[in-house]
Amino acid sequence: MKEPIYADTLPGGKHWSLVMRRNTRLRLIDIDGGGNVGMLFYNPLNPTERYNAPDTLKCQHTFKLTAGHCLYSDMGRIFCSIVRDTFGWHDTVCGNTTKAIIARKWGEKSYQAARNDWQQNGYDSFLVEAAKYGLSRRDLASNVNWFSKVTVADDGTLALDPSGVRAGAEVELRFEMDTLVLFHTCPHPLSQAIQYPHRPIRFEITEGPPASADDPARLSAPENSRGFENNRIFFAGCCGEAH
Amino acid sequence: MIIESKLDAARVTYRKVVAAGDYWMHVVRKGETLRILDLEGNQAADTLFFNADRPEERYSASDTIREQGNIYLSAGSVLLSNLCQPMLTITADTVGRHDTLGGACATESNTVRYALEKKSMHACRDSFLLAVAENDHYGLSKRDIAHNINFFMNVPVTPDGRLTFADGLSAPGKYVEMTAHMNVIVLISNCPQLNNPCNAYNPTPIEVLIWGEGG
Repeated sequence: MKEPIYADTLPGGKHWSLVMRRNTRLRLIDIDGGGNVGMLFYNPLNPTERYNAPDTLKCQHTFKLTAGHCLYSDMGRIFCSIVRDTFGWHDTVCGNTTKAIIARKWGEKSYQAARNDWQQNGYDSFLVEAAKYGLSRRDLASNVNWFSKVTVADDGTLALDPSGVRAGAEVELRFEMDTLVLFHTCPHPLSQAIQYPHRPIRFEITEGPPASADDPARLSAPENSRGFENNRIFFAGCCGEAH
Repeated sequence: MIIESKLDAARVTYRKVVAAGDYWMHVVRKGETLRILDLEGNQAADTLFFNADRPEERYSASDTIREQGNIYLSAGSVLLSNLCQPMLTITADTVGRHDTLGGACATESNTVRYALEKKSMHACRDSFLLAVAENDHYGLSKRDIAHNINFFMNVPVTPDGRLTFADGLSAPGKYVEMTAHMNVIVLISNCPQLNNPCNAYNPTPIEVLIWGEGG
């Protein structure tokens, strides 16, 4: 496996953002198990193009995200595909913790009292990262929650299923176009943890080959081959590359 | 949950038939009740809500389903905003289940779902975009077009995590009713989709009706 171009660990309950170039990869590692990574995606050329969870789900007839799936923008293009996943089922419908949810679950822990061990929430984390690029609450959307498995019972009841949680679980994304990535390591909003879970996440950026003609993500559904074709058309127009 | 309306049809203060493929954008005031009526059955009413006094506050599918702990909307569901504030409560429903996971159709997502050649076919997202452009006094734009409700649509999730578009539970004359907790801009795209068997490839009109506070 190639050495990462860059690697870092984000402590639990923090937020960050970066722009991923097309064909670079982002690997996320749930170091201790029980982590959660909220994530949103934007086209840096036109940030009104953003991650669209409903399109991602309905284009692939899935409720969960795992290896072979593509993450779609509202413009029919693929921000990234999931090339490796040892966790197996990630949520993209439950949204974020808010200040009120955190207070209800785990009490209030102010910055003044706790300094950087305070209990940040996912929604405010996205507001801060979005603002760095001139974006506001109007630009937020339903996010991915990596390492959080949410199931649905026959009657529609949602539940966070911790059965798959384990230290060292990994998911790797290959970016299919240049993408602004906002992320946080705040707990999943359905977390039943006794205390606010501060779970660190390692993230690694690597170079890798682009999707081949027989790439599993491209072939996992006929819809995805059309999504890749939409990306190709986009590059033909904006970047002078048609491969 | 099936709950019949207690409202008197004679006391309705506003009613309008919305043809398939058209949009309807209208302010429903705090305390008023909106009924959406599926005139011919298995139509999809793709619906967005905005706080009329502060339009950056809008309906949030993820906050709504998470806080009620259930993916389906029906009588008793409180429709929450992106600030987790109650915007409307569903007070009557003769269908039993409505979707808020599937989002709206768009010309671009149609290219992925059906064929690249479908990109010129009319889609809900085009209606939403035309609505905010034609009604620019609200200050809304593409940024504000988020994940909607599909009234009358049935989108079950299987235990192994599949998402399916099942046969509708709706039928001619079924309806859903909701009372507003704030002044809300209601934006409905009466879905023009011709590629999906869930409406038998035949989109049909809906009717919207409004009652004043207290019915």
